[in-house]
Amino acid sequence: MTTMAVPAVTHRRIPLSRIVTTELRKLLDTRSGFWTVAAIGIVSMLTTGAVILWAEREELTYRTFTTAISVPITLLLPIIAILSVTGEWSQRTGLTTFALVPHRGRIVLAKAIASVGVAVVAIPVAFAIGALGNVAGTAIAGVDPVWDLTATDLLLLVLANVLGVLIGFMLAVLIRSSAGALATYFVYAFVLPTIALVLAQSQDWFHDLQPWVDFDFAQNALMDGSVTGQQWTQLAVTGVIWLVVPLAVGLRAVVRAEVK
Amino acid sequence: MITLESVTRTYGRFTAVDDVSFTASPGRVTGFLGPNGAGKSTTMRIIVGLTHATAGAATVSGRRYVDLPNPGLEVGVLLDASAQHAGRTGREILTISQRFMGLPRARVDEMLDLVGLSPEESSRRVRDYSLGMRQRLGLAAALIGDPTVLILDEPANGLDPAGIRWMRGLLRGFADRGGTVLLSSHLLHEIEVIADDLVVIGNGRIVAQGTKSDLLGAAGSMVRTSDRTTLAAALMADGVTSSYVGPDGLLAQADAEHVGRTAFAAGLPVLELRAADGTGLEEMFLQLTADTSREGALA
Repeated sequence: MTTMAVPAVTHRRIPLSRIVTTELRKLLDTRSGFWTVAAIGIVSMLTTGAVILWAEREELTYRTFTTAISVPITLLLPIIAILSVTGEWSQRTGLTTFALVPHRGRIVLAKAIASVGVAVVAIPVAFAIGALGNVAGTAIAGVDPVWDLTATDLLLLVLANVLGVLIGFMLAVLIRSSAGALATYFVYAFVLPTIALVLAQSQDWFHDLQPWVDFDFAQNALMDGSVTGQQWTQLAVTGVIWLVVPLAVGLRAVVRAEVK
Repeated sequence: MITLESVTRTYGRFTAVDDVSFTASPGRVTGFLGPNGAGKSTTMRIIVGLTHATAGAATVSGRRYVDLPNPGLEVGVLLDASAQHAGRTGREILTISQRFMGLPRARVDEMLDLVGLSPEESSRRVRDYSLGMRQRLGLAAALIGDPTVLILDEPANGLDPAGIRWMRGLLRGFADRGGTVLLSSHLLHEIEVIADDLVVIGNGRIVAQGTKSDLLGAAGSMVRTSDRTTLAAALMADGVTSSYVGPDGLLAQADAEHVGRTAFAAGLPVLELRAADGTGLEEMFLQLTADTSREGALA
Protein backbone atom coordinates (compact mmCIF):
# COMPACT_ATOMS: atom_id res chain seq x y z
CA MET A 1 0.00 0.00 0.00
CA THR A 2 1.34 3.44 -0.83
CA THR A 3 1.11 6.21 1.72
CA MET A 4 0.11 8.58 -1.06
CA ALA A 5 -3.38 7.12 -1.09
CA VAL A 6 -4.00 7.78 2.60
CA PRO A 7 -5.31 11.30 3.21
CA ALA A 8 -2.92 13.47 5.22
CA VAL A 9 -5.78 14.90 7.27
CA THR A 10 -7.43 12.66 9.82
CA HIS A 11 -11.01 13.65 10.41
CA ARG A 12 -12.84 13.60 13.71
CA ARG A 13 -15.63 11.13 14.24
CA ILE A 14 -19.07 12.71 13.79
CA PRO A 15 -20.31 13.51 17.33
CA LEU A 16 -23.65 11.99 18.35
CA SER A 17 -24.96 15.45 19.27
CA ARG A 18 -24.62 16.55 15.64
CA ILE A 19 -26.42 13.44 14.39
CA VAL A 20 -29.25 14.13 16.87
CA THR A 21 -29.70 17.78 15.86
CA THR A 22 -29.59 16.84 12.17
CA GLU A 23 -32.16 14.07 12.68
CA LEU A 24 -34.31 16.56 14.65
CA ARG A 25 -34.14 18.89 11.67
CA LYS A 26 -35.18 16.04 9.38
CA LEU A 27 -38.28 15.47 11.55
CA LEU A 28 -39.48 18.99 10.84
CA ASP A 29 -38.19 19.93 7.38
CA THR A 30 -40.88 18.24 5.28
CA ARG A 31 -44.48 19.36 4.99
CA SER A 32 -45.77 16.10 6.50
CA GLY A 33 -43.26 16.24 9.37
CA PHE A 34 -43.93 19.89 10.11
CA TRP A 35 -47.70 19.52 10.08
CA THR A 36 -47.67 16.39 12.22
CA VAL A 37 -45.79 18.34 14.90
CA ALA A 38 -47.94 21.43 14.38
CA ALA A 39 -51.03 19.22 14.61
CA ILE A 40 -50.16 18.47 18.24
CA GLY A 41 -50.66 22.13 19.12
CA ILE A 42 -53.68 22.57 16.84
CA VAL A 43 -55.45 19.41 18.03
CA SER A 44 -54.73 20.32 21.67
CA MET A 45 -56.50 23.65 21.12
CA LEU A 46 -59.43 22.04 19.30
CA THR A 47 -59.83 19.41 22.02
CA THR A 48 -59.64 22.09 24.71
CA GLY A 49 -62.31 24.06 22.86
CA ALA A 50 -64.51 20.97 22.65
CA VAL A 51 -64.20 20.35 26.38
CA ILE A 52 -65.14 23.98 27.15
CA LEU A 53 -68.16 23.75 24.82
CA TRP A 54 -69.56 20.40 25.77
CA ALA A 55 -68.31 19.31 29.21
CA GLU A 56 -70.63 19.50 32.20
CA ARG A 57 -69.77 22.20 34.77
CA GLU A 58 -68.77 19.73 37.46
CA GLU A 59 -66.53 17.95 34.94
CA LEU A 60 -64.56 21.14 34.20
CA THR A 61 -61.35 20.11 35.96
CA TYR A 62 -57.76 20.11 34.78
CA ARG A 63 -57.81 16.30 34.60
CA THR A 64 -60.69 16.40 32.09
CA PHE A 65 -58.67 18.68 29.85
CA THR A 66 -55.42 16.67 29.98
CA THR A 67 -57.25 13.37 29.56
CA ALA A 68 -59.04 14.68 26.46
CA ILE A 69 -55.84 16.16 25.01
CA SER A 70 -53.90 12.95 25.68
CA VAL A 71 -56.05 10.94 23.25
CA PRO A 72 -54.99 12.62 19.98
CA ILE A 73 -51.42 13.14 21.26
CA THR A 74 -51.04 9.44 22.00
CA LEU A 75 -51.70 8.92 18.29
CA LEU A 76 -49.65 11.78 16.80
CA LEU A 77 -46.36 11.47 18.68
CA PRO A 78 -45.68 7.84 17.72
CA ILE A 79 -46.47 8.70 14.09
CA ILE A 80 -43.61 11.22 14.13
CA ALA A 81 -41.25 8.57 15.51
CA ILE A 82 -42.46 5.95 13.02
CA LEU A 83 -42.07 8.15 9.94
CA SER A 84 -38.59 9.32 10.95
CA VAL A 85 -37.38 5.71 10.81
CA THR A 86 -39.45 4.22 7.99
CA GLY A 87 -38.83 7.24 5.73
CA GLU A 88 -35.21 6.15 5.36
CA TRP A 89 -36.55 3.05 3.60
CA SER A 90 -39.81 4.18 2.00
CA GLN A 91 -38.32 7.47 0.70
CA ARG A 92 -34.96 5.74 0.19
CA THR A 93 -33.07 8.55 1.92
CA GLY A 94 -31.20 5.80 3.77
CA LEU A 95 -28.89 5.61 0.76
CA THR A 96 -27.57 9.05 1.76
CA THR A 97 -28.00 8.84 5.53
CA PHE A 98 -26.27 5.49 6.02
CA ALA A 99 -23.50 6.46 3.59
CA LEU A 100 -22.78 9.63 5.59
CA VAL A 101 -23.08 7.85 8.95
CA PRO A 102 -22.24 4.20 8.26
CA HIS A 103 -22.79 3.10 11.86
CA ARG A 104 -26.54 2.53 11.62
CA GLY A 105 -26.94 2.05 15.35
CA ARG A 106 -25.90 5.70 15.85
CA ILE A 107 -28.53 6.92 13.41
CA VAL A 108 -31.22 4.83 15.10
CA LEU A 109 -30.15 6.10 18.54
CA ALA A 110 -30.15 9.70 17.29
CA LYS A 111 -33.65 9.26 15.87
CA ALA A 112 -34.86 7.81 19.19
CA ILE A 113 -33.42 10.78 21.09
CA ALA A 114 -34.92 13.27 18.60
CA SER A 115 -38.38 11.63 18.73
CA VAL A 116 -38.41 11.47 22.53
CA GLY A 117 -37.14 15.07 22.58
CA VAL A 118 -40.09 16.22 20.48
CA ALA A 119 -42.44 14.36 22.85
CA VAL A 120 -40.85 15.84 25.98
CA VAL A 121 -41.28 19.36 24.58
CA ALA A 122 -44.67 18.84 22.93
CA ILE A 123 -46.52 17.27 25.88
CA PRO A 124 -45.92 20.13 28.37
CA VAL A 125 -46.96 22.59 25.62
CA ALA A 126 -50.16 20.62 25.09
CA PHE A 127 -50.79 20.46 28.85
CA ALA A 128 -50.20 24.22 29.10
CA ILE A 129 -52.88 24.69 26.44
CA GLY A 130 -55.11 22.49 28.61
CA ALA A 131 -54.33 24.69 31.63
CA LEU A 132 -55.32 27.82 29.71
CA GLY A 133 -58.49 25.99 28.68
CA ASN A 134 -59.20 25.16 32.31
CA VAL A 135 -58.83 28.83 33.31
CA ALA A 136 -60.91 30.09 30.38
CA GLY A 137 -63.53 27.34 30.59
CA THR A 138 -64.22 27.75 34.28
CA ALA A 139 -64.30 31.55 33.92
CA ILE A 140 -66.91 31.23 31.16
CA ALA A 141 -68.93 28.74 33.22
CA GLY A 142 -68.57 30.98 36.27
CA VAL A 143 -67.05 28.31 38.52
CA ASP A 144 -63.70 28.10 40.30
CA PRO A 145 -60.94 26.28 38.38
CA VAL A 146 -60.09 22.86 39.81
CA TRP A 147 -56.44 21.77 39.65
CA ASP A 148 -56.76 18.08 40.37
CA LEU A 149 -53.39 16.96 38.94
CA THR A 150 -50.11 16.99 40.87
CA ALA A 151 -46.68 17.46 39.32
CA THR A 152 -46.17 13.70 39.78
CA ASP A 153 -49.39 13.01 37.84
CA LEU A 154 -48.13 15.17 34.98
CA LEU A 155 -44.70 13.51 34.99
CA LEU A 156 -46.32 10.08 34.84
CA LEU A 157 -48.46 11.22 31.90
CA VAL A 158 -45.32 12.41 30.11
CA LEU A 159 -43.70 9.05 30.82
CA ALA A 160 -46.73 7.20 29.45
CA ASN A 161 -46.56 9.23 26.24
CA VAL A 162 -42.81 8.69 25.92
CA LEU A 163 -43.45 4.95 26.19
CA GLY A 164 -46.00 5.32 23.38
CA VAL A 165 -43.36 7.07 21.25
CA LEU A 166 -40.89 4.28 21.96
CA ILE A 167 -43.48 1.64 20.99
CA GLY A 168 -44.01 3.39 17.65
CA PHE A 169 -40.26 3.71 17.24
CA MET A 170 -39.73 0.02 18.00
CA LEU A 171 -42.37 -1.02 15.45
CA ALA A 172 -40.76 1.25 12.82
CA VAL A 173 -37.34 -0.29 13.43
CA LEU A 174 -38.83 -3.78 13.35
CA ILE A 175 -41.03 -3.36 10.27
CA ARG A 176 -39.30 -0.56 8.31
CA SER A 177 -42.39 0.25 6.25
CA SER A 178 -44.58 3.27 7.03
CA ALA A 179 -47.92 1.58 6.33
CA GLY A 180 -46.95 -1.64 8.07
CA ALA A 181 -45.60 0.09 11.17
CA LEU A 182 -48.61 2.46 11.46
CA ALA A 183 -51.08 -0.41 11.07
CA THR A 184 -49.25 -2.51 13.65
CA TYR A 185 -49.17 0.46 16.01
CA PHE A 186 -52.97 0.67 15.90
CA VAL A 187 -53.16 -3.06 16.59
CA TYR A 188 -50.81 -2.51 19.54
CA ALA A 189 -52.70 0.51 20.87
CA PHE A 190 -56.31 -0.58 20.33
CA VAL A 191 -56.79 -4.17 19.20
CA LEU A 192 -54.54 -5.95 21.70
CA PRO A 193 -55.91 -4.08 24.76
CA THR A 194 -59.47 -4.93 23.65
CA ILE A 195 -58.65 -8.61 23.21
CA ALA A 196 -56.91 -8.59 26.62
CA LEU A 197 -59.97 -6.94 28.19
CA VAL A 198 -62.38 -9.53 26.79
CA LEU A 199 -60.02 -12.35 27.70
CA ALA A 200 -59.62 -11.07 31.27
CA GLN A 201 -63.40 -10.89 31.71
CA SER A 202 -64.06 -14.40 30.46
CA GLN A 203 -60.96 -16.34 31.53
CA ASP A 204 -59.97 -16.43 35.20
CA TRP A 205 -56.43 -17.63 34.52
CA PHE A 206 -55.81 -14.62 32.29
CA HIS A 207 -57.35 -12.22 34.75
CA ASP A 208 -54.57 -12.97 37.24
CA LEU A 209 -51.88 -13.09 34.59
CA GLN A 210 -52.87 -9.87 32.78
CA PRO A 211 -50.87 -7.33 34.83
CA TRP A 212 -47.71 -9.30 34.05
CA VAL A 213 -48.21 -9.75 30.30
CA ASP A 214 -50.40 -6.83 29.16
CA PHE A 215 -48.22 -3.78 28.43
CA ASP A 216 -51.20 -1.49 27.90
CA PHE A 217 -52.76 -2.60 31.19
CA ALA A 218 -49.45 -1.92 32.99
CA GLN A 219 -49.23 1.53 31.40
CA ASN A 220 -52.71 2.44 32.62
CA ALA A 221 -51.27 2.66 36.13
CA LEU A 222 -49.31 5.71 34.91
CA MET A 223 -52.55 7.43 33.87
CA ASP A 224 -54.07 6.88 37.31
CA GLY A 225 -51.39 8.91 39.02
CA SER A 226 -50.25 6.50 41.71
CA VAL A 227 -47.98 3.62 40.88
CA THR A 228 -47.14 0.94 43.44
CA GLY A 229 -43.85 -0.89 43.57
CA GLN A 230 -45.51 -3.96 42.14
CA GLN A 231 -47.00 -1.92 39.30
CA TRP A 232 -43.54 -0.57 38.44
CA THR A 233 -42.29 -4.16 38.31
CA GLN A 234 -45.23 -5.17 36.11
CA LEU A 235 -44.49 -2.21 33.83
CA ALA A 236 -40.85 -3.30 33.58
CA VAL A 237 -41.73 -6.95 32.89
CA THR A 238 -44.33 -6.16 30.20
CA GLY A 239 -41.98 -3.51 28.78
CA VAL A 240 -39.25 -6.08 28.28
CA ILE A 241 -41.68 -8.45 26.55
CA TRP A 242 -43.44 -5.94 24.30
CA LEU A 243 -40.80 -3.24 23.79
CA VAL A 244 -37.21 -4.22 24.59
CA VAL A 245 -37.10 -7.68 23.00
CA PRO A 246 -38.74 -6.71 19.69
CA LEU A 247 -36.58 -3.56 19.60
CA ALA A 248 -33.45 -5.69 19.95
CA VAL A 249 -34.64 -7.95 17.14
CA GLY A 250 -35.39 -4.90 14.98
CA LEU A 251 -32.02 -3.26 15.67
CA ARG A 252 -30.22 -6.43 14.68
CA ALA A 253 -32.16 -6.50 11.41
CA VAL A 254 -31.51 -2.80 10.71
CA VAL A 255 -27.77 -3.21 11.12
CA ARG A 256 -27.76 -6.20 8.78
CA ALA A 257 -30.37 -5.08 6.27
CA GLU A 258 -29.38 -4.06 2.78
CA VAL A 259 -30.07 -0.38 2.02
CA LYS A 260 -31.23 -0.06 -1.58
CA MET B 1 -7.98 4.79 -4.06
CA ILE B 2 -10.62 2.06 -4.03
CA THR B 3 -9.59 -1.57 -3.73
CA LEU B 4 -11.81 -4.64 -4.01
CA GLU B 5 -10.47 -8.06 -3.16
CA SER B 6 -12.50 -11.10 -4.20
CA VAL B 7 -15.81 -9.46 -3.32
CA THR B 8 -18.73 -11.87 -3.56
CA ARG B 9 -22.39 -11.36 -2.72
CA THR B 10 -24.99 -14.09 -2.93
CA TYR B 11 -28.76 -13.95 -2.45
CA GLY B 12 -29.80 -17.51 -1.66
CA ARG B 13 -28.56 -19.49 -4.64
CA PHE B 14 -28.15 -16.43 -6.86
CA THR B 15 -24.70 -14.88 -7.04
CA ALA B 16 -25.05 -11.16 -7.80
CA VAL B 17 -21.36 -10.32 -7.44
CA ASP B 18 -18.89 -13.11 -8.07
CA ASP B 19 -15.26 -12.83 -6.95
CA VAL B 20 -14.80 -9.23 -8.09
CA SER B 21 -11.35 -7.68 -7.65
CA PHE B 22 -10.15 -4.37 -9.04
CA THR B 23 -8.49 -1.12 -8.07
CA ALA B 24 -9.57 2.41 -8.91
CA SER B 25 -6.45 4.56 -8.73
CA PRO B 26 -5.94 8.21 -7.75
CA GLY B 27 -5.64 10.62 -10.65
CA ARG B 28 -7.68 8.35 -12.91
CA VAL B 29 -11.29 7.93 -13.91
CA THR B 30 -12.27 4.28 -13.68
CA GLY B 31 -15.29 3.33 -15.74
CA PHE B 32 -17.40 0.48 -14.39
CA LEU B 33 -19.20 -0.92 -17.39
CA GLY B 34 -21.79 -3.63 -17.73
CA PRO B 35 -25.30 -4.38 -18.94
CA ASN B 36 -28.25 -3.73 -16.61
CA GLY B 37 -28.40 -6.25 -13.80
CA ALA B 38 -24.72 -7.16 -14.15
CA GLY B 39 -23.93 -6.34 -10.52
CA LYS B 40 -22.56 -2.79 -10.82
CA SER B 41 -24.89 -1.20 -8.27
CA THR B 42 -24.55 -4.08 -5.81
CA THR B 43 -20.76 -3.81 -6.04
CA MET B 44 -20.92 -0.04 -5.39
CA ARG B 45 -23.25 -0.51 -2.42
CA ILE B 46 -20.80 -3.05 -1.00
CA ILE B 47 -17.94 -0.50 -1.28
CA VAL B 48 -19.86 2.02 0.84
CA GLY B 49 -21.17 -0.57 3.31
CA LEU B 50 -24.87 -0.36 2.38
CA THR B 51 -24.79 -4.02 1.36
CA HIS B 52 -22.63 -6.52 3.20
CA ALA B 53 -20.34 -8.70 1.12
CA THR B 54 -20.80 -12.44 1.57
CA ALA B 55 -17.04 -12.81 1.11
CA GLY B 56 -14.08 -10.61 0.27
CA ALA B 57 -13.31 -7.04 1.29
CA ALA B 58 -13.49 -3.54 -0.13
CA THR B 59 -11.41 -0.61 1.12
CA VAL B 60 -11.39 3.10 0.37
CA SER B 61 -8.12 4.96 0.94
CA GLY B 62 -6.83 1.83 2.65
CA ARG B 63 -9.66 1.52 5.17
CA ARG B 64 -13.02 -0.20 5.30
CA TYR B 65 -15.70 2.39 4.55
CA VAL B 66 -17.40 1.92 7.96
CA ASP B 67 -14.09 2.77 9.65
CA LEU B 68 -13.98 6.23 8.07
CA PRO B 69 -14.69 8.70 10.92
CA ASN B 70 -16.58 11.17 8.72
CA PRO B 71 -17.02 9.42 5.35
CA GLY B 72 -18.51 12.41 3.52
CA LEU B 73 -15.23 14.33 3.84
CA GLU B 74 -13.30 11.55 2.13
CA VAL B 75 -15.72 9.86 -0.25
CA GLY B 76 -18.42 11.50 -2.34
CA VAL B 77 -21.19 9.01 -3.02
CA LEU B 78 -24.06 9.22 -5.52
CA LEU B 79 -25.83 5.90 -5.89
CA ASP B 80 -29.33 6.97 -6.94
CA ALA B 81 -30.25 10.58 -7.58
CA SER B 82 -33.95 9.79 -7.12
CA ALA B 83 -33.48 8.35 -3.62
CA GLN B 84 -34.43 11.61 -1.88
CA HIS B 85 -37.42 12.67 0.18
CA ALA B 86 -39.67 14.23 -2.46
CA GLY B 87 -40.96 16.77 0.06
CA ARG B 88 -37.60 18.39 0.79
CA THR B 89 -36.17 21.25 -1.22
CA GLY B 90 -32.87 20.80 -3.03
CA ARG B 91 -31.25 23.28 -0.67
CA GLU B 92 -32.58 21.42 2.38
CA ILE B 93 -31.15 18.12 1.13
CA LEU B 94 -27.71 19.73 0.73
CA THR B 95 -28.07 21.35 4.14
CA ILE B 96 -28.66 17.96 5.77
CA SER B 97 -25.42 16.64 4.24
CA GLN B 98 -23.59 19.83 5.26
CA ARG B 99 -24.83 19.35 8.85
CA PHE B 100 -23.90 15.68 9.11
CA MET B 101 -20.38 16.50 7.90
CA GLY B 102 -20.06 19.58 10.12
CA LEU B 103 -19.23 21.94 7.26
CA PRO B 104 -19.68 25.72 7.14
CA ARG B 105 -23.13 26.75 5.90
CA ALA B 106 -21.62 28.65 2.96
CA ARG B 107 -20.66 25.33 1.33
CA VAL B 108 -24.32 24.78 0.38
CA ASP B 109 -24.41 27.88 -1.84
CA GLU B 110 -20.98 27.12 -3.27
CA MET B 111 -22.15 23.67 -4.34
CA LEU B 112 -25.45 24.96 -5.77
CA ASP B 113 -23.37 27.39 -7.85
CA LEU B 114 -20.97 24.67 -8.92
CA VAL B 115 -23.68 22.35 -10.26
CA GLY B 116 -25.71 25.20 -11.75
CA LEU B 117 -28.87 25.08 -9.66
CA SER B 118 -30.31 28.58 -9.34
CA PRO B 119 -31.61 29.92 -5.98
CA GLU B 120 -35.14 29.59 -7.36
CA GLU B 121 -34.56 25.96 -8.37
CA SER B 122 -32.89 25.07 -5.09
CA SER B 123 -35.89 26.28 -3.09
CA ARG B 124 -38.25 24.01 -5.03
CA ARG B 125 -39.21 20.61 -3.68
CA VAL B 126 -37.38 17.68 -5.22
CA ARG B 127 -40.64 16.06 -6.38
CA ASP B 128 -40.74 18.84 -9.01
CA TYR B 129 -37.17 18.20 -10.19
CA SER B 130 -36.30 16.59 -13.51
CA LEU B 131 -33.93 13.62 -13.34
CA GLY B 132 -31.17 15.86 -14.68
CA MET B 133 -31.69 18.34 -11.82
CA ARG B 134 -31.65 15.47 -9.32
CA GLN B 135 -28.34 14.27 -10.77
CA ARG B 136 -26.89 17.78 -10.39
CA LEU B 137 -28.13 17.93 -6.81
CA GLY B 138 -26.71 14.46 -6.15
CA LEU B 139 -23.33 15.54 -7.53
CA ALA B 140 -23.44 18.62 -5.31
CA ALA B 141 -24.10 16.40 -2.28
CA ALA B 142 -21.24 14.10 -3.30
CA LEU B 143 -18.81 17.01 -3.71
CA ILE B 144 -19.81 19.14 -0.70
CA GLY B 145 -17.36 17.46 1.68
CA ASP B 146 -14.44 18.14 -0.71
CA PRO B 147 -13.63 14.41 -0.91
CA THR B 148 -10.68 12.72 -2.63
CA VAL B 149 -12.74 9.78 -3.90
CA LEU B 150 -15.97 9.83 -5.91
CA ILE B 151 -18.29 6.85 -6.34
CA LEU B 152 -21.05 7.56 -8.86
CA ASP B 153 -23.67 5.10 -10.11
CA GLU B 154 -24.98 6.03 -13.58
CA PRO B 155 -24.47 9.78 -12.98
CA ALA B 156 -25.16 10.71 -16.60
CA ASN B 157 -28.72 9.31 -16.55
CA GLY B 158 -31.18 12.05 -17.30
CA LEU B 159 -28.57 14.73 -18.09
CA ASP B 160 -28.93 16.50 -21.42
CA PRO B 161 -25.95 16.51 -23.82
CA ALA B 162 -24.69 19.82 -22.41
CA GLY B 163 -25.05 18.43 -18.89
CA ILE B 164 -23.12 15.29 -19.80
CA ARG B 165 -20.35 17.41 -21.27
CA TRP B 166 -20.29 19.57 -18.14
CA MET B 167 -20.10 16.51 -15.88
CA ARG B 168 -17.30 15.04 -17.97
CA GLY B 169 -15.27 18.23 -17.49
CA LEU B 170 -16.00 18.22 -13.77
CA LEU B 171 -14.86 14.62 -13.29
CA ARG B 172 -11.81 15.11 -15.53
CA GLY B 173 -10.73 18.08 -13.42
CA PHE B 174 -11.36 16.11 -10.23
CA ALA B 175 -9.13 13.23 -11.41
CA ASP B 176 -6.46 15.59 -12.74
CA ARG B 177 -6.18 17.12 -9.26
CA GLY B 178 -5.34 13.64 -7.95
CA GLY B 179 -8.83 12.42 -7.09
CA THR B 180 -10.11 8.89 -7.61
CA VAL B 181 -13.29 8.55 -9.67
CA LEU B 182 -15.29 5.34 -10.02
CA LEU B 183 -18.34 5.74 -12.22
CA SER B 184 -20.65 3.13 -13.63
CA SER B 185 -22.65 3.03 -16.81
CA HIS B 186 -24.42 0.55 -19.00
CA LEU B 187 -23.64 2.74 -22.02
CA LEU B 188 -20.25 2.24 -23.53
CA HIS B 189 -20.07 5.55 -25.40
CA GLU B 190 -20.67 7.47 -22.21
CA ILE B 191 -17.74 5.82 -20.46
CA GLU B 192 -15.47 5.65 -23.48
CA VAL B 193 -15.08 9.44 -23.58
CA ILE B 194 -14.26 9.97 -19.93
CA ALA B 195 -12.62 6.85 -18.47
CA ASP B 196 -8.89 6.16 -18.27
CA ASP B 197 -9.37 2.64 -16.95
CA LEU B 198 -12.18 0.21 -17.59
CA VAL B 199 -13.67 -2.58 -15.53
CA VAL B 200 -16.24 -4.57 -17.51
CA ILE B 201 -18.69 -6.73 -15.59
CA GLY B 202 -21.25 -9.25 -16.80
CA ASN B 203 -23.46 -11.51 -14.66
CA GLY B 204 -21.55 -10.53 -11.54
CA ARG B 205 -18.13 -11.47 -12.89
CA ILE B 206 -15.42 -9.23 -14.26
CA VAL B 207 -15.01 -10.04 -17.92
CA ALA B 208 -12.31 -7.50 -18.77
CA GLN B 209 -10.28 -4.83 -17.05
CA GLY B 210 -7.34 -2.64 -17.91
CA THR B 211 -6.51 0.76 -19.29
CA LYS B 212 -8.81 1.95 -22.03
CA SER B 213 -5.95 1.98 -24.54
CA ASP B 214 -4.96 -1.61 -23.71
CA LEU B 215 -8.51 -2.81 -24.10
CA LEU B 216 -8.83 -0.90 -27.36
CA GLY B 217 -5.59 -2.46 -28.63
CA ALA B 218 -6.85 -5.88 -27.69
CA ALA B 219 -9.93 -5.38 -29.77
CA GLY B 220 -8.06 -6.64 -32.89
CA SER B 221 -9.41 -6.25 -36.42
CA MET B 222 -12.76 -6.08 -38.09
CA VAL B 223 -12.96 -8.01 -41.34
CA ARG B 224 -15.79 -8.64 -43.80
CA THR B 225 -15.47 -11.49 -46.21
CA SER B 226 -17.60 -13.71 -48.47
CA ASP B 227 -17.13 -16.76 -46.24
CA ARG B 228 -16.42 -15.88 -42.65
CA THR B 229 -16.82 -19.48 -41.42
CA THR B 230 -13.80 -20.56 -43.47
CA LEU B 231 -11.79 -17.50 -42.44
CA ALA B 232 -12.60 -18.08 -38.77
CA ALA B 233 -11.39 -21.69 -39.13
CA ALA B 234 -8.20 -20.55 -40.89
CA LEU B 235 -7.53 -18.00 -38.15
CA MET B 236 -8.20 -20.60 -35.46
CA ALA B 237 -5.65 -22.90 -37.11
CA ASP B 238 -3.20 -20.05 -36.51
CA GLY B 239 -4.29 -19.74 -32.87
CA VAL B 240 -6.27 -16.54 -33.45
CA THR B 241 -9.73 -16.42 -31.87
CA SER B 242 -12.54 -14.49 -33.55
CA SER B 243 -16.24 -13.89 -33.24
CA TYR B 244 -19.07 -13.00 -35.61
CA VAL B 245 -20.22 -9.42 -35.70
CA GLY B 246 -23.20 -8.29 -37.75
CA PRO B 247 -24.40 -10.21 -40.87
CA ASP B 248 -20.99 -10.91 -42.45
CA GLY B 249 -18.36 -9.37 -40.12
CA LEU B 250 -15.69 -11.08 -38.10
CA LEU B 251 -13.84 -9.59 -35.13
CA ALA B 252 -10.43 -11.25 -34.97
CA GLN B 253 -7.98 -10.96 -32.08
CA ALA B 254 -5.04 -10.14 -34.34
CA ASP B 255 -3.77 -7.11 -36.23
CA ALA B 256 -5.04 -6.28 -39.71
CA GLU B 257 -1.91 -7.52 -41.52
CA HIS B 258 -2.15 -10.97 -39.94
CA VAL B 259 -5.83 -11.25 -40.81
CA GLY B 260 -5.20 -10.04 -44.39
CA ARG B 261 -2.44 -12.59 -44.99
CA THR B 262 -4.53 -15.42 -43.52
CA ALA B 263 -7.45 -14.53 -45.80
CA PHE B 264 -5.13 -14.35 -48.83
CA ALA B 265 -3.61 -17.75 -47.99
CA ALA B 266 -7.11 -19.20 -47.68
CA GLY B 267 -8.05 -17.70 -51.04
CA LEU B 268 -10.89 -15.63 -49.60
CA PRO B 269 -11.84 -12.21 -50.97
CA VAL B 270 -11.67 -9.48 -48.31
CA LEU B 271 -14.52 -6.98 -48.57
CA GLU B 272 -13.36 -4.76 -45.70
CA LEU B 273 -10.45 -4.87 -43.28
CA ARG B 274 -9.60 -2.39 -40.55
CA ALA B 275 -8.28 -2.13 -37.01
CA ALA B 276 -11.22 -2.28 -34.63
CA ASP B 277 -10.89 1.22 -33.19
CA GLY B 278 -13.44 3.29 -31.23
CA THR B 279 -16.39 1.20 -32.38
CA GLY B 280 -14.23 -1.83 -31.74
CA LEU B 281 -14.61 -1.25 -28.06
CA GLU B 282 -18.33 -1.55 -28.50
CA GLU B 283 -17.89 -4.80 -30.37
CA MET B 284 -15.68 -5.97 -27.55
CA PHE B 285 -18.25 -4.88 -24.98
CA LEU B 286 -21.04 -6.69 -26.79
CA GLN B 287 -18.88 -9.74 -27.29
CA LEU B 288 -17.63 -9.82 -23.74
CA THR B 289 -21.04 -9.50 -22.24
CA ALA B 290 -23.01 -11.45 -24.86
CA ASP B 291 -22.32 -14.79 -23.15
CA THR B 292 -23.63 -13.55 -19.87
CA SER B 293 -26.16 -10.78 -20.51
CA ARG B 294 -29.89 -11.27 -20.90
CA GLU B 295 -29.80 -10.10 -24.51
CA GLY B 296 -27.15 -12.72 -25.21
CA ALA B 297 -29.24 -15.42 -23.61
CA LEU B 298 -32.08 -14.66 -26.00
CA ALA B 299 -29.92 -14.52 -29.12
